[in-house]
Amino acid sequence: MTVSRAQALVPDLRIEADDASADAAALDRLALWLLQRVAPIVSADPPDGIAIDSTGADHLHGGEAAMLEALAGKLALSGITARLALADSWSAAHALARHGADGVIIVPPGASDAALAPLPLEALRLPVATVAGLRDLGFETIGDLMDQPRAPLTRRFGAELCRRLDQARSLASEPIAPLRPEGLIEIRRAFAEPIAAPETIARYIGKLVVQLCTELTAKGLGARRLDLLCARIDNHTEVLRVGLAVPQRDPARLTRLLCDRIVTLDPGLGIEIMTLTATIAEPLVPRQAATSLLEETAPDLSGLIDTLSNRLGARSVFRFAAVASDVPERAIIRIPPLADTATPSMDTWPDHWPRPSRLLPRPEPIETMALLPDHPPRWILWRGVRRHVQCADGPERIFGEWWKRDAEAHAVRDYFRIEDEAGARYWIFRQGDGEDRATGSHRWFLHGMFG
Amino acid sequence: MPSVRPALADLRARIGEIDGTGARQHGVLPFEVRELDRRLPQGGLSLGALHEVAGGGQGAVDGAAAACFVAGIAARMKGQVLWCVTQADLFAPGLAQVGLPPERVIHVEAGDDISVLAAMEEGLRHGGLAAVVGDVARLSMTASRRLHLAAKGSGTIGLALRRWRRQADASDFGQPTAAMTRWRVSELPSAPLPVPGVGRARWLVELIRARAGDSFDLELEACDGAGHLRLPADVADRSAATAGGRHIAVG
Repeated sequence: MTVSRAQALVPDLRIEADDASADAAALDRLALWLLQRVAPIVSADPPDGIAIDSTGADHLHGGEAAMLEALAGKLALSGITARLALADSWSAAHALARHGADGVIIVPPGASDAALAPLPLEALRLPVATVAGLRDLGFETIGDLMDQPRAPLTRRFGAELCRRLDQARSLASEPIAPLRPEGLIEIRRAFAEPIAAPETIARYIGKLVVQLCTELTAKGLGARRLDLLCARIDNHTEVLRVGLAVPQRDPARLTRLLCDRIVTLDPGLGIEIMTLTATIAEPLVPRQAATSLLEETAPDLSGLIDTLSNRLGARSVFRFAAVASDVPERAIIRIPPLADTATPSMDTWPDHWPRPSRLLPRPEPIETMALLPDHPPRWILWRGVRRHVQCADGPERIFGEWWKRDAEAHAVRDYFRIEDEAGARYWIFRQGDGEDRATGSHRWFLHGMFG
Repeated sequence: MPSVRPALADLRARIGEIDGTGARQHGVLPFEVRELDRRLPQGGLSLGALHEVAGGGQGAVDGAAAACFVAGIAARMKGQVLWCVTQADLFAPGLAQVGLPPERVIHVEAGDDISVLAAMEEGLRHGGLAAVVGDVARLSMTASRRLHLAAKGSGTIGLALRRWRRQADASDFGQPTAAMTRWRVSELPSAPLPVPGVGRARWLVELIRARAGDSFDLELEACDGAGHLRLPADVADRSAATAGGRHIAVG
């Protein structure tokens, strides 16, 4: 379509000149952003794609589905319309992202063939002439090709067709060459003989870390994220990613963090190249250790936090902070353990009412007998046990957040603190104010336990 | 425990060093309740040691009172607290009300008991923490010994909050461990009020086992906003009279 014709069809059309080099640069920037946040192996796939090898990285983000969902959300927030697909091979993911259904596609391991079968032939990244030739022969989808004898196809269309088909079905390997931006601090070591023993790997990790720290010191930087890429002799890359709470360049500590995770590396028949990069490096200036003789300095916990968060996942080590919300389950937020604790919204929870020490993950429905609208129940039946209420405090009325959610415009919860005859104290609430059905279902729930 | 003869005190300290009580090196944390501290062998909870706490009855499963008891102990220490759990149901506002504000607690959520124990050991070895708490169900002799030695090395107090999935599993609490003391905290009906409402919570605090000390049980009022326990007023009067100490004449 010519520009004049497009302008005739759509009034006020904005025209921008095609700038392929700027597009490629922007794609590289996006790939670098993903490299620092998602996985150690990321590569720009021009003109319009990015390939990520998420093996060994998804658990840090809470699983594959959670990782893709978070990624889609982040991209949408930065104004990028993206289609995401996750599959066994690069080719399959490439095809599904471009020719599959809208939204996020996750193909479970081993199910690539079924997912690929209905896609058109263009999804295989074949030359136009090959696709046209296959169409002439009556092939429409990838599924049509899968069960065909390969020799005649190869003789007619060349080796490219079967190679692409094998790559898509993960029968042939297609490594992703990781993006390595300018200025990235990278230490590489190739071995004359492949290494596989954990002790040997640990020794060479130590040597790489020392070299890396020397370079970091020269630049006045500290590592926030380290990636160790181990190229195996069978053309497969094992990765190990380590995150740090604060910039570090202490060789002993970095070595320990990496060596803790050696068990997750599968050396296979042997590793021939090890590459250690400081994917995220931040300025780290020397500090004076003790400034005051009178004040005791707070102990440095970053080493402990790094060890724990690399072992259990970064989401597993956290601190709670207050959020300005009356709804109990929304009043807390998890923040990184070394985050600045002065949250802008609110610094502490209101202290007028006692709060339980244990809060159930979701309120559990209970059966009660209670005088409506404002009396506590006489008894409750929870998990099959009937408890008689001896004394109670309440109600503490909590209104829904009508300024945030339309569904909670009229919602009300009345909380009671009750004590049974044995002395156990519970936090229960009634959905609704006890009079008006619009405020809630009037069902009772148990929400927490007091000590 | 004040000792009259220095030779005896010296011997006691040497035995303490051998059997790993460690109170001499790291000191103790008194409860500041005279009735309680008086009966503890070192006059308080020894720092640099492992202590076990469990809930009684329903508390063996929900661990609510035990969590408050432990949070009260940690609140009276100075510094950061590491709290390792498998089920993430601690409610931070509730902990803040017994004196442990959120900026003092680092939470660790681990998948299983073994990871919790490993995280606890890591925290105890670090030495920069005030206390390390872990919600664990199974605590073997070996695991508790490791934790105890790690605590002894660094002087950090280790608190194993025993909590089971089912009430039936709570019989595990009888198994021997290397902990210095073993506590059971059960909820009691609260102090009666002249008006309708729930009074200050009361606990039956039982010291089931203490190394080099006797076990006892005591009815106490739950932790206040700074983590301090208190003897209920009626019990305080009674025990003072039976102990033959001060006599308070009431006109």
